[in-house]
Formats: sequence, structure tokens, C-alpha cells
Amino acid sequence: MLRYLIPLGIFLVLVVFLGVGLQLDPREVPSPLIDKPAPAFEVARLHEPGKRIGTDQLRGQVWLLNVWASWCVACRSEHPHLVALARQGLVPIYGLNYKDERADALRWLQQFGDPYTVSAHDLDGRVGLDYGVYGVPETFLIDREGVIRHKHIGPLDPDIINNTIMPMVQQLQQG
Amino acid sequence: MKKLTAILLGLCLLSGAPVRAAGDLADFGGDTVLEERYQTLVTELRCLVCQNQTIADSNADLAKDLRREVHDMLVGGKTDDEIKEFMLARYGDFVLYRPPVKTTTVPLWIGPFVLLAIGLVVVAVMVHRRSRQAQPQMNSEDVERARRLLDEADREQQS
Repeated sequence: MLRYLIPLGIFLVLVVFLGVGLQLDPREVPSPLIDKPAPAFEVARLHEPGKRIGTDQLRGQVWLLNVWASWCVACRSEHPHLVALARQGLVPIYGLNYKDERADALRWLQQFGDPYTVSAHDLDGRVGLDYGVYGVPETFLIDREGVIRHKHIGPLDPDIINNTIMPMVQQLQQG
Repeated sequence: MKKLTAILLGLCLLSGAPVRAAGDLADFGGDTVLEERYQTLVTELRCLVCQNQTIADSNADLAKDLRREVHDMLVGGKTDDEIKEFMLARYGDFVLYRPPVKTTTVPLWIGPFVLLAIGLVVVAVMVHRRSRQAQPQMNSEDVERARRLLDEADREQQS
């Protein structure tokens, strides 16, 4: 009896491990930046190249930093949800236009709508590098003290916005 | 045996081929020490876009950026540890092909040895069982009976 039970047991353990493995997304690497101060940056604005935008100006509010680019296909799928979120006016969304030509980026926003309070223009990707960006789009939730509270890799969808991001935003805004 | 030697030789050849990073930005103006450190670093850092490649192997944009960053930091006089620290702070342990040993990575480091030990124990138990089965158990009665039968056979042949 035992000689059949042992292989069966090993098999079941394997099934459980493989099953859990299937649920995980290998592209989602846990970020070491969670609960750390958001890396400081100051770059030109996308719309007004003469003006600058940086983390210092954003302190004191709960805000979202959305990393996007006009060449990023997945950004297109999340964009309508960002526009809808911006329309609700519950939390300001700041854009980090990552390694993109200004003209392309502006055209893209004109075409699909602009959910961003301000877009920062990270032409050479240095800011993205400091934020550990490796798969656009990525979204960071940053609190009043300028600490990164959450990071979402990949496109946002209504489920993630309503069930993960917004509850955290509300909690941080109240706290 | 010859076959085995041939296979081993083949493997040595395969693994021995030095991997050279795409030389696009790796210009150290003839400084071979920096060049050497650069090559070592870029083959130890993982490209997070194509996760099974080092930043030396990958042509992804991010890998190019990271190579540029490593290059700039080396030229800027940073130590290897400082450069790794820079990468760790941004991308976590995953960026290193040889992650540091700590509580969360211990299974990664000792797991294979634990599995090897389990395998060895299983093999040992199996071999032990087989060797016991190979020798049929005989008690003195059986031995006595066998001797009688053999003796009888001998006598029959003689008569």
C-alpha cells in the first residue's frame, strides 16, 4: 500500500507546486522600492518644455505616477481607464513619458485623451531607470511624504483600479 | 568510456566560449582593467525584459541602458559592489544572476543539494533492498533438504 501512496503523495505535492507556479506572473518582479522614498527627479514638462516638473513640487499629496510611451502597445489598452479615473478627480495622475519623442507623445495624447495633471518628459530614460522601470506601462502610488506605497507592472484595468489602487488611495488620503 | 570522454570534451568546448557583450557602448579607451570588470559585471546582471538573458546578451532597450549605466559608473570610478548595489536598489535581488545568500534566497542556494541528498538516500535504500532480495533466505532445514537431494542424485549417478 505504502509503495503506491508515496509516489501519489509526491505527485500531489508536484501538482500543487506547478499549479501555484501557473498562477504567478514571472514578469512581475517584486520591487525593492515599495515603502521607500520615491527617487527624486526634475525633468522638463512634456507640454511646456521650458517648465520643469519634479518630486519636490508633488510633495504633500497622494498621487499616481504612470509611466507610459507612445510606442508602448499595452499603454493603449490601459489609457481609457486612466482617462476615466482622471475624470473622477479622486487622485491626480502624473505621467512619466518614458523614452519618447515629444511630438509623438503629444500627438498620442491628442488622439486618445490626456488624463495627466502634468506629464514629465523622460527622454533618455534616466528617471525610469531610477524607478526600476522595465516594462511600460507601470504605475506607482506615492503618498504625502513621497514614499512609494504600491507599484503595478503592466496595464491597469478597472478591476485593479477599483479593487487595489483606489482603496489604497483612499486609505492614504484619510491617514 | 570513449563516448563519455567525447561528450565531456564537447561540453567543455561549449561552456568555455567566452561571452562578449555587444560592444556598442563599452569603450574604455584601451583600459583593459575596466574593460575586464565591465565584461564580468554585464554577464552577472539580468536583463529584466528578457529574463533569461544577461544584459550582455540582450538587445532589449533596457539592457542597452543598463550597459550604458554600468559603463558610466565604471568610468566614474565606482566599485563593482557599488554598481551592484545601484542595480539592487532599483530592481531587487532578481537582477543578479548570483543572488546574495539571505533568508529568502536560502531555498534557492541549498535546494538543489537537498534534492541531491534525497535522491542519494532513495538510491541507497533501493540498492540495499535489492541486495537483500538477491540472497534467498534459507534456514537449516532447507539446507539439510538440499544436501539430501544432492546426495541422492550423486548416489543414483554412481549406481
